[in-house]
Amino acid sequence: VRHEKGCKTQDSADIISTVEFNHSGELLATGDKGGRVVIFQQELESKNQPQCRGEYNVYSTFQSHEPEFDYLKSLEIEEKINKIRWLPQKNAAQFLLSTNDKTIKLWKISERDKRPEGYNLKEEDGRYRDPTTVTTLRVPVFQPMDLMVEASPRRVFANAHTYHINSISVNSDCETYLSADDLRINLWNLEITDRSFNIVDIKPVNMEELTEVITAAEFHPNQCNTFVYSSSKGTIRLCDMRASALCDQHSKLFEEPEDPSNRSFFSEIISSISDVKFSHSGRYMMTRDYLSVKIWDLNMESRPVETYQVHEYLRSKLCSLYENDCIFDKFECCWNGNDSVVMTGSYNNFFRMFDRGYRQDVTLEASRESSKPRSVLKPRKVCTGGKRKKDEISVDSLDFNKKILHTAWHPQDNIIAVATTNNLYIFQDKL
Amino acid sequence: MANMYSKGTKRKFFDSVDAAMDNKAVLYSRQRQSLLDMSLIKLQLCHMLVEPNMCRSVLIANTVRHIQEEMTHDGSWQLVTEAFGGSGPSDHLVATEVLCRSSALEQQGGGPKLYSVMGYDGCREEEVVTDEALCSVTFSDGAPALLGTIDHCWDRAELRMVAVEDRVIKDSGSEVESGEGAKTVMGQVFGTFEIKNGAPGSDPALEELFSAVDASYYDLDTMLTSIQSTPKMGPYNLLDSMASSHGPTSNSSCRTDLSELDHIMEIIVGS
Repeated sequence: VRHEKGCKTQDSADIISTVEFNHSGELLATGDKGGRVVIFQQELESKNQPQCRGEYNVYSTFQSHEPEFDYLKSLEIEEKINKIRWLPQKNAAQFLLSTNDKTIKLWKISERDKRPEGYNLKEEDGRYRDPTTVTTLRVPVFQPMDLMVEASPRRVFANAHTYHINSISVNSDCETYLSADDLRINLWNLEITDRSFNIVDIKPVNMEELTEVITAAEFHPNQCNTFVYSSSKGTIRLCDMRASALCDQHSKLFEEPEDPSNRSFFSEIISSISDVKFSHSGRYMMTRDYLSVKIWDLNMESRPVETYQVHEYLRSKLCSLYENDCIFDKFECCWNGNDSVVMTGSYNNFFRMFDRGYRQDVTLEASRESSKPRSVLKPRKVCTGGKRKKDEISVDSLDFNKKILHTAWHPQDNIIAVATTNNLYIFQDKL
Repeated sequence: MANMYSKGTKRKFFDSVDAAMDNKAVLYSRQRQSLLDMSLIKLQLCHMLVEPNMCRSVLIANTVRHIQEEMTHDGSWQLVTEAFGGSGPSDHLVATEVLCRSSALEQQGGGPKLYSVMGYDGCREEEVVTDEALCSVTFSDGAPALLGTIDHCWDRAELRMVAVEDRVIKDSGSEVESGEGAKTVMGQVFGTFEIKNGAPGSDPALEELFSAVDASYYDLDTMLTSIQSTPKMGPYNLLDSMASSHGPTSNSSCRTDLSELDHIMEIIVGS
């Protein structure tokens, strides 16, 4: 695992709630609690600074969702952006889906760097000319202008979810996508907003029997008929949409038997899966539960093929973490471009990387103090007991308010985006 | 147990071991009760928020149910040991080693099994020695007498249940189809506090008591008028028959009191 070099920090007034690179990695989108989307664009490589790939600068900012009020339930609907997913690029414009708890929107982000000039009936400032003064005719021509990036909502997919949406995922067919809430998963056509198909429904007839909810869902990267969804009981179900219209019967059930020596009243809570991500190859999937990251081979349901402990030192603190609600934090995880390294966040603004091939792992910190621009990130270590070495941090000194829930990895290069509560850090590999 | 009556030195050894086991059992119960109190508070706070996180609510409700099942299993559901004198649940939050790690019993016995607070069933000496987690925890209050305050605890637990059920009933009255989610999750949670839940391990005496109840007895009209044309086999009849082993007889003098009691029981049980 190579050391990373700090390259860019960006302050944000609101808490960042999602981070996502587009398919080329040129664009990086963030969503925040205030319903805004901020898109960063990577500059073209500069010949003056060969050490650094292009920096990411703000490209576009727009208000995606506004707070709403559900009059039937007398409840506020938060404008917080839960997830952003980019569509593969088909023309000059970029498209992304952004969602809050209830409504998904398709946004078109397009550039305008020319404008037509030389109208016959209009002045340059828009005022209409007196037609009697027109003596000649000319064809308007496009003249360059300052680059303007426009974001416009092209579709609004509303009123399909009774419960809170936690995931959206674009199908590899680029025509459909799924949205998942606590109890149901719906399938949409990107062109059609007034209809969606329910493909998973785990709502019990009697809500008093509810013991399990859906926590995340994702389409397979290559097989357009396959998707997975994870649950609060630590299970992952793989479903094939060809089997039936309603995919309540799973094709595969991935579940690791509980370790009896670790059983406690908190076992179920910490087994709840907060994120599931397919590898780029489509052969593996990764799940994140409270204390670990697990890699599953899609051909083996009985147990994961790899397990990485993110912060095992928290196992003896579970009661305190239950008391302060930290045990319910939903950490995300991500793969690097060639599926050799996985990354996830932790507390104290730490994030962890696990190199699957070299069997190495590293803990890094995203903070102003530890990452001046152009400096190399220093590996961190948490001291679990006994004598604390220099530069180590003891478990009791960890700041549980500083949590890294959202991370993203560039699809090709070693560039990562790490979101602390208010800030976005972008780190690049030293060339 | 037979060794308790042998030579003095040996008896001392077992006494101290037994006392240590007592302390650990009490400590575990206190920790578990503390966790239960904390969970209930969390759920009630959920209830006040705008639209709580359903995953969190379900996980907390499941935790409460696990605790309740274990307490029912070992008989301590009606025997709640905790520090008394009106201290709040947060006062019981002590070092969490005990609850965060499984008891040594589970490692060696298979299914989750608790130190029985009433007796010594299932306890094994070697586990007391090896379970460092329990040994390392200290708490400020002296360990309360194990069996001394049954009635006090039961009243407190019962009061809590009634207060909570009232709220659920108010909510369920105004519930619309779209009002699902946390409210009904709570309904489920509080539903599990029913005494006669039908789950294995519920009190057999109570089940027997209510097993022959005629549902029509709970008709509002019947209860309000306290008049029944034909003597039906209600719970008070069962009580009478159990006491005197006579056939079912109508007993109008205590019918009003018992109908009020049944009304209260109905609220608690959540018909």
